[in-house]
Amino acid sequence: MIVVFDVFLLTLLLITAFAIVQTPNLFVAVMLTGIFSLLLASNFFLLDAADVALTEAAVGAGISTVLFLGALALTAEREAAPSSNRAIALLAVSVTVVAIIYATFDKPRFADPGAPVHQHVAPWYLEKTREAVDIPNVVTAVLGSFRGYDTLGEVFVVYTAGIGVLFLLGKNTSRRQDDLDDAPLGLRHYLIPRMVGRMLIPFILLFGLYVQFHGEYGPGGGFQAGALVAAAIILYALLEGENRALRVLPRGLLKGLIAGGALLYGAVGVVGMLLGGKFLDYSLLSSNPVQGQQIGILLIEAGVGITVTGVLLSIFHAFATRGKF
Amino acid sequence: MLETLLDILSWLLLSAGGLFVFVGGVGALRMPDLYTRMHAASVTDSIAPILIIAGIMLQAGLSLASIKLAAILLFLLLTGPTASNALASAALLAGHFPEHAKPLDGESKQ
Amino acid sequence: MELLGLYYYWVFAILLMTGFYAVIAKLNLIKKLLGLSLFQAAVFLLYITMGKVEGGTAPILARGSAEQLFSNPLPQVLILTAIVVGISTTALGLGIVVRIKEEYGSIEEHEILEIDRQ
Repeated sequence: MIVVFDVFLLTLLLITAFAIVQTPNLFVAVMLTGIFSLLLASNFFLLDAADVALTEAAVGAGISTVLFLGALALTAEREAAPSSNRAIALLAVSVTVVAIIYATFDKPRFADPGAPVHQHVAPWYLEKTREAVDIPNVVTAVLGSFRGYDTLGEVFVVYTAGIGVLFLLGKNTSRRQDDLDDAPLGLRHYLIPRMVGRMLIPFILLFGLYVQFHGEYGPGGGFQAGALVAAAIILYALLEGENRALRVLPRGLLKGLIAGGALLYGAVGVVGMLLGGKFLDYSLLSSNPVQGQQIGILLIEAGVGITVTGVLLSIFHAFATRGKF
Repeated sequence: MLETLLDILSWLLLSAGGLFVFVGGVGALRMPDLYTRMHAASVTDSIAPILIIAGIMLQAGLSLASIKLAAILLFLLLTGPTASNALASAALLAGHFPEHAKPLDGESKQ
Repeated sequence: MELLGLYYYWVFAILLMTGFYAVIAKLNLIKKLLGLSLFQAAVFLLYITMGKVEGGTAPILARGSAEQLFSNPLPQVLILTAIVVGISTTALGLGIVVRIKEEYGSIEEHEILEIDRQ
């Protein structure tokens, strides 16, 4: 019976994707992208990828929509002209679709336990997690410990994106800092969203912390938690106005968060080296190697969460305080 | 016996919730104006989550999952109507008035 | 089950090419970025589809369970990273689009090329 859900959600994905490409109104397209992300997250959950579903929902449906809306406010709301070279593009696209569909007939049967991708490496990780790291969430164990290098690279990608956006949009050429005090103060004259938002923000922050520290026991981890905490502060900035949000978490502090999280991650790696092991060797962080692994994962997930929060908030402020409001 | 009863009850609740979601969807498509469409869509924000989550809670029994579901329901009930309110305020602010709205006595449409 | 698996891959193919069509045929820069994120989402769907195991559950070890079938955790780790990298590049791309708008006054590709030629 689950088959019906699968087919239904996939078809909705297709319809939403066509609508996104088709509509000339960019605002509608961005809203549909939020819906698309949520449908994709539901699909991921039906495919047993709980961590990925949480990340897609938090990052795709939440943060991505806000960033696109911020960029839309600074650029244009409608698409001016229809597409160019439509016939050639459609031809190229159709040929590729047919080619890919022809190729899919050779794939292993869907959800086949004997497919090549499920041999060799994956059973090794599932086995070794219990003895080497001993945390229930295998995805976090692989992400944090077995493949810790990749996650270090990922943190640095997020860091680079943050400083890239700060380079591009950090300097306020069209608004001076004092103008911020005269700016419309968020939604301060609208009572209901403001009161309900005020009630919700502490709980969103609490949920962010819960997701951060429960990454080892269930779906969760640093990225989702960073996105959730950033979403709470963005809600505060939308309700109370930019200047208040910048007083709560000033830009300097956000820059410190961006660098501090990545530094924490790197420091955990270097401490492993200083204690006599290899880079990012967590087993030496405690007398019991398994506990050392758990402490290491906790620390690096904290570093990841801090950097992601700082970067997402810096990007939001860069978009929101630019322009002639 | 009790299990079957709970199953039937949760089946009824889920079907009723699904019916209200369908009603909300049809209303959002068929209503003539923004405000009437919002009103129809708010059905999926209020009564439908209550019925659907109540149905799922009956399936989950008395466990941690039920408490989490109750928290989700509370969150949905808080934020859904607030979002409708914010949307309606934004529409009024943008100058989009209901179709057959007449200004109140003594005031002009501004 | 056979057809459902193929349906997943066909949806992947159509989503991929829809996003790609938006990137190559649309002239508005933000539409191109939206198409790019559609493209990325299709790739995520492909990987996670390949990771599913029939009768398996999410790869979270429960206390004391010895023999239980789990879905493959490795594609999930990869896609987790990929989602975050995707949002980072989208944010950077949006920053560039905003700067282009400020410099050229338009975000339509043909108008920008026109201004560049002068």
